[in-house]
Amino acid sequence: MMVGLILMVLARLAYLQILEHRHFTTLSQDNRLKVVPIPPTRGLIYSRDGQVLAENRPSFSLEMVSERARDFEATLPIVAQLVNLDEDELARIDEARRRVRDFDAIVMKTGLSEDEVARFSVNRHRYPGFAIVARLARYYPFGEQLAHVIGYVGRISEPELKAIDTAAYRGTTHIGKIGVEKAREEILRGKVGYQQVEVNAQGRVLRVVTDSPPIPGHDVYLTLDLGLQKMATEALTDNNGAIVALDPSTGEVLAFVSQPSFDPNLLVNGISKDSYSALRNSSDRPLFNRALQAQYPPGSTIKPMVALAGLESGVRHSNDHTWCPGWYSLDRDNHRYRDWLKSGHGQVNLVRSIAESCDVYYYALARDLGIARIHSMLSEFGLGKVTGIDLPGETAGLLPSAEWKRKARNLPWYPGETLITGIGQGFLLTSPLQLAYAVSTIANRGRRMVPHVVGQIEDPVARVASEIGIYERPVIEITNAQYWEDVINGMLEVVHGTRGTARRSGDGAFYRYAGKTGTAQLFGIAQDNVVKNHETPKLLRDHALFIAFAPEKNPEIAVAIIVENGGSGSGTAAPIARQILDYYLRSSHSASDNDG
Amino acid sequence: MDSQRSFLFRLHIDPQLLGGVLILCGLGLVVLYSAADQSIQIVTRQALRMSIGLLAMVVIAQISPARLSRLAPVFYLVGVALLLAVFLFGTGRGAQRWLEIGMIRFQPSEIMKIAVPLTVSWFLYDRVLPPNFRTTTFALIIIFIPGILIIEQPDLGTALLVMAAGFFALFFAGVPWRWIFSALVVALCAAPLAWFLMHDYQRQRVLTLFDPQQDPLGSGYHIIQATIAVGSGGISGKGWLNGTQSHLEFLPERATDFIFAVYCEEFGFIGVLILLAAYALVLARGLRIAMNAQDSFGRVLAASLTMTLFIYIFVNMGMVTGQLPVVGVPLPLVSYGGTSLVTILAGLGILMSIQTHRRFITYS
Repeated sequence: MMVGLILMVLARLAYLQILEHRHFTTLSQDNRLKVVPIPPTRGLIYSRDGQVLAENRPSFSLEMVSERARDFEATLPIVAQLVNLDEDELARIDEARRRVRDFDAIVMKTGLSEDEVARFSVNRHRYPGFAIVARLARYYPFGEQLAHVIGYVGRISEPELKAIDTAAYRGTTHIGKIGVEKAREEILRGKVGYQQVEVNAQGRVLRVVTDSPPIPGHDVYLTLDLGLQKMATEALTDNNGAIVALDPSTGEVLAFVSQPSFDPNLLVNGISKDSYSALRNSSDRPLFNRALQAQYPPGSTIKPMVALAGLESGVRHSNDHTWCPGWYSLDRDNHRYRDWLKSGHGQVNLVRSIAESCDVYYYALARDLGIARIHSMLSEFGLGKVTGIDLPGETAGLLPSAEWKRKARNLPWYPGETLITGIGQGFLLTSPLQLAYAVSTIANRGRRMVPHVVGQIEDPVARVASEIGIYERPVIEITNAQYWEDVINGMLEVVHGTRGTARRSGDGAFYRYAGKTGTAQLFGIAQDNVVKNHETPKLLRDHALFIAFAPEKNPEIAVAIIVENGGSGSGTAAPIARQILDYYLRSSHSASDNDG
Repeated sequence: MDSQRSFLFRLHIDPQLLGGVLILCGLGLVVLYSAADQSIQIVTRQALRMSIGLLAMVVIAQISPARLSRLAPVFYLVGVALLLAVFLFGTGRGAQRWLEIGMIRFQPSEIMKIAVPLTVSWFLYDRVLPPNFRTTTFALIIIFIPGILIIEQPDLGTALLVMAAGFFALFFAGVPWRWIFSALVVALCAAPLAWFLMHDYQRQRVLTLFDPQQDPLGSGYHIIQATIAVGSGGISGKGWLNGTQSHLEFLPERATDFIFAVYCEEFGFIGVLILLAAYALVLARGLRIAMNAQDSFGRVLAASLTMTLFIYIFVNMGMVTGQLPVVGVPLPLVSYGGTSLVTILAGLGILMSIQTHRRFITYS
């Protein structure tokens, strides 16, 4: 019996050690060697002249290792007080403790202030297992000024976790949430590195066996002109609104302002629910990207495009006159469509219709064109469609047509709606970016450059920059190039003409520029009931719009401005445009002088 | 040669047994040095215990079997008293197994491993053999009293081994086979009942044996990691101090109950053969001593002690290689730990006593 049992043990040993030796060797290797991800450093974001707009800064966080923290329950309240942990954070820590292994660190709080670091450090010997750790955290030195372009990174959320390739995010805690950070996530993120480490049974790392370092993310150079951005932001003063400036020849975004804004640095490591809902629920909606997503009626700013439709379709010649008595009526209809100038403009041709923004001219033109032809031309300028800018979340606005109305509202198209569409009111909605794209296309005489904010991408290791392709849509086909000049002449008259709506803003410019004022009515005003804007409370005032490009020949900049509740385009928006154009052309000219 | 042999003989020391013991103790210290992460302190402590054990062995070898048999009931009663004391003052994690007296901390259940076969042999000595029903029943009571006390600690493994030692004594005394079979049948029928009486952890161990992967980080962990250690050792082993399973702490209880896994990992199948040869040397000698014994007391005691030692070796190796449930049984003379070491050496001392106190018939 004894011999039999010994043979049984021996047979088992022979089986394990001889027959299955390879299998168990593999298992023992698997036991011993673990692969640990090393997160890559996120690429930086620069302005076009190389100023850092998003960087990685060391940030101090308080971390805790359960197995080393003796008497955690007793220590936590004291530590919580030292570094000001609130209820939300305590709940998160509690949850983390259940998930994380005893020897893994739990982040108690990130972005500690120097004060908190000091307070903890003095007492740290009393709290074994707690330690201050320096990590890299995203920092946006220009804060609010660029939040709507660059966006921000934040902790990866549950839904995001399901959508991403988790292998690529091993060891990475943050992801681009909006703006360039989101749009260029792939490029900025870099490639995770791995270390093969020898661990003991508890998973504690004993030594590094092999090492494949992470590849840092590529740096991104924006097309933004930081000086212009700053200037534009300041020009809006405390108004809500948006400014988008483009380089018409390339589609490069020179300035992209949405006001009010928010400090993206607050969102990087998560803010308390209260602070976030304060941001979210503020009536000024600082998180809302007006430049990209707001829907404003474009008002008179679309008149140059409607005028072009008139010329192109042969409904109008540039010298055809329309009599403006101050109002317009359709046949067999008593309703009077009023002109903004109650006394009327008299005999108006195309150039005057733009310069003085005569509504009656466009009521008549719109009636003659019909909604289909208006729709078709405005569509050429990108209304009702996204511009294709390299930022996420762009809205398409609304370009109405009879077909659209039937589908969306199940109602027929009424002739009166054609008239008000002709002056940019009614159903029409555009974002400031769309307007900028449209005016840039006018400046280009029909060449359509897709707007983009990213100029170059650079590999930080190889120092090799790759140009982002400039995308051009097919040129708008206009039978006679003179039509462009006719329309642009009207826009030049807006600022340089004696009766131009923005003649005050155009005074004394050292260059010639084209513009168009606009006013987006917020409320329908009853017939014959004249209301003066400055008499109404600010929130009920119309939005002021202005589009412009300069110089007249070979334009270098095109801009669209919306000042919410600004009253009239000529009064509020046009002067801002002048400031922007002055700044940009002055600096670009001095730059080219230096080059020469 | 002859004079040396007789010199040792006069010292009541059996050279073959001593040789085997010294080889095993040596191997034990070598592998312990590795298993205890090269702690000189632990190895020294173990060596000290070995010295005490060897001393005890030599001392006990001086006591004649006749005197041993007279001491047996005293020994037994003290042992039972100590087991009761464990109930009242015992220490230990989860189960109360340890008794602390001053500096010394030991497991009284270990003492019973010798006391039970000794007492059963003593009890059967002056009775008619093969034992009749009455005798057998009394012997079983002697076996079950400490057995149940140890089960209650709870330490099922030790209890079974203690009782096995007593059963062996009965077996070698010549209990009829049909009784043994009847007992086995009863035991098999009672097995389902035992399942209900088992502690959760005991049930888990049995379940784990059949499917360690069911709970790889819990109860299956010991078995999985031990088999990996054994299997990855291969034919020649990973080399002394090079076992990754043990040094990276994957192996639990690697200095004590699972030291055989460390041995297998570092010395491989060849090392296993050497170790088994050393054990075979001791066991064969033990059986030889039983056969040479001049009276039934010596024969029964020697045989049952030898079988107990064998069962230890078998259960430990079976456990480490995943053939038996994990029960807390150390590998004799190799595992770290004092009580078991001293008990086993004391048992071997009894064997030596039985061998060397014979009246000189063969050596006349």
